[in-house]
Amino acid sequence: MSRRVSKIALGSIAGLSLVLLGGCELGRKQTEQTGYRGAGLDQIIDVAHMKKAAYIPPEPYALPADGGPTAAQTYKNVRVLGGVSADRFNHLMAEISQWVAPPAEGCNYCHNPENMASDEKYTKVVARRMLQMTQTINSRWSDHVKQTGVTCFTCHRGNAVPEYKWAIAPGAPNPGSIRGNKFGQNTPDANVGYTSLPYDPFAQYLYGKSEIRVAGNTALPSPDSRVSIKDTEKTYGLMIHMSTALGVNCTFCHNTQSFRAWNMSRPQRVTAYYGIRMVRNINDDYIASLQSVFPGYRKGPEGDPYKVNCTTCHQGQNKPLGGVSMIAQAPALKGPLIQTALLESGAAPVAAPDQAAPVTAQK
Amino acid sequence: MARYQNMFTQVQLRGPLEAGPRLPAGSFSRGELSTYNYWAGKIGAAQIGPIYLGKLGISSLVCAFLSFEIIGLNMWASVNWNPIQFVRQLPWLALEPPGPEWGFTLFVPLAQGGWWQMAGFFMTSALILWWLRTFRRARALGMGNHVAWAFGAGIFLIITLGFIRPMLMGSWAEAVPFGIFPHLDWTAAFSIRYGNLFYNPFHCLSIAFLYGSTLLFAMHGATILAVGRYGGEREIEQITDRGTASERAALFWRWTMGFNATMESIHRWAWWFAVLTPLTGGIGILLTGTVVDNWYLWAVMHGYAPSYPGTGVIDPATLPGAPK
Repeated sequence: MSRRVSKIALGSIAGLSLVLLGGCELGRKQTEQTGYRGAGLDQIIDVAHMKKAAYIPPEPYALPADGGPTAAQTYKNVRVLGGVSADRFNHLMAEISQWVAPPAEGCNYCHNPENMASDEKYTKVVARRMLQMTQTINSRWSDHVKQTGVTCFTCHRGNAVPEYKWAIAPGAPNPGSIRGNKFGQNTPDANVGYTSLPYDPFAQYLYGKSEIRVAGNTALPSPDSRVSIKDTEKTYGLMIHMSTALGVNCTFCHNTQSFRAWNMSRPQRVTAYYGIRMVRNINDDYIASLQSVFPGYRKGPEGDPYKVNCTTCHQGQNKPLGGVSMIAQAPALKGPLIQTALLESGAAPVAAPDQAAPVTAQK
Repeated sequence: MARYQNMFTQVQLRGPLEAGPRLPAGSFSRGELSTYNYWAGKIGAAQIGPIYLGKLGISSLVCAFLSFEIIGLNMWASVNWNPIQFVRQLPWLALEPPGPEWGFTLFVPLAQGGWWQMAGFFMTSALILWWLRTFRRARALGMGNHVAWAFGAGIFLIITLGFIRPMLMGSWAEAVPFGIFPHLDWTAAFSIRYGNLFYNPFHCLSIAFLYGSTLLFAMHGATILAVGRYGGEREIEQITDRGTASERAALFWRWTMGFNATMESIHRWAWWFAVLTPLTGGIGILLTGTVVDNWYLWAVMHGYAPSYPGTGVIDPATLPGAPK
């Protein structure tokens, strides 16, 4: 009797332990220490679920030498790339057709084959704005994209519309009622890593300019620091999105001793800072300006064009396309170099110039 | 195989059911509802019931039921009364407190957090009524009120989180939502907002008492079970006798660590550790946001945050010309 009971007990304990282990990820891990020892500064990568290297298409043909007549001299209605040589302009057109246009349509996705200069297709108007945007990203936002730069392929990956995008989410059907109303949170949603955090951090932080910083900036309370826990949860949701988009954990940028202190953060946090502003710039100045150009079927449920977030380019990798630079094969996308704050002040985010300095609170 | 020898729970007595002392006049009846259960006897007393409900017990249960229903029905309404989604999404669903725009308004419209206020009111009432009941039942049995005060420590933490601190902060939005994942996300957000709660000394104390409680519980439980074969559960009556379970238990700890708690003091140790866990935790919560806004910076101010080499990274927002 008692032997049977103890067998049942042992069996249940073994079974229960297995159930509890069900949440574990058994595969091989790669760990990398990324900061001072003992502070939990590391990245743990689950090798089996690591993002596979992205497919990078071969160049349509070798980049022609610069020189010769410009695109403006050769073609009509070239407004952005008029100064580029006609040969390189054609090369870029071939690349765009490979990177963005559906293969069945090719050039005709944007152009009227009878009159290539015509702006009658909305896609051509969008493409022109996107060329300006790409040049701005590569010049004004070099603090984020560095020398790697971006091309159309970084986001589009062969799709006419990038795979990862967002639009303003429809509000609750009855805003004044609790029926069908989750107040924008408490829903299993991939945007925020299936937490119960507010699941649409994009409209507020990547389109609007709401303050992301929530932690108190002084030890003692002050009237100018009154951030509610609810606002903290919204920021937290945005951070989970960034972490998911880049396939990294919090300590990729932050030191959890103080999420707020910059002098303990990794330089990656500075890159992310510029990334957030870059995305706002893209959404506010480039995509929103196409509101009247996009047809209804290219817009979200609230009638706004689809916008970008971190996943649009990163797609689970801390460097989009695994860090492969394609800008050399599309030099026209570089745009004029703009000096930025970091370069001017000389305070480039280099790692640890003064290892011996004690960490002090940063106001 | 050696059989586990223990005098606990080996023999289940069967006889006339024990009814307990007579009730004061005017009380609700305990009823005749009591029975023996073999499996209950495996983990405790085999006799189940009679339960004393009384006015306090019944009103407490009514309040608890109202609170439970308000929370559950709000959650169900949030998925459009869809029963399947209610079950699937249950861990995510919540009843949220009023937003920061309501401040500490006493009567917020129901859909904007009024239901949360009502659920909180009934939950608190249920807890306080049940607390009074433990107090009164202990009195009726001529016991001390240790159980009531220990329970009160837990209630203090709950009321601090949901009422006293929001009142001091002037905002219901500081309070904890009802919900499985939502209250956990609240906890993490709370620590992020107030600059890492691990630097809150009262949080440290609460953790020390919590871990200490488990340690003491394990030590005491193990000691008594280990001397169960000598009747160790009859702790007090054996205190001074030679060779008893009690003396062996005391000797064991003096041999292993040079000191032993007594059969009485071990229960005081356990009681205080358990009670101080929510009390110190509650004080730590009360100080957060009211007296201290960033616990990490506060620890730097008082020189006890460990110092690591800086990374030399500068906040881009402080650089001239950087985008804000």
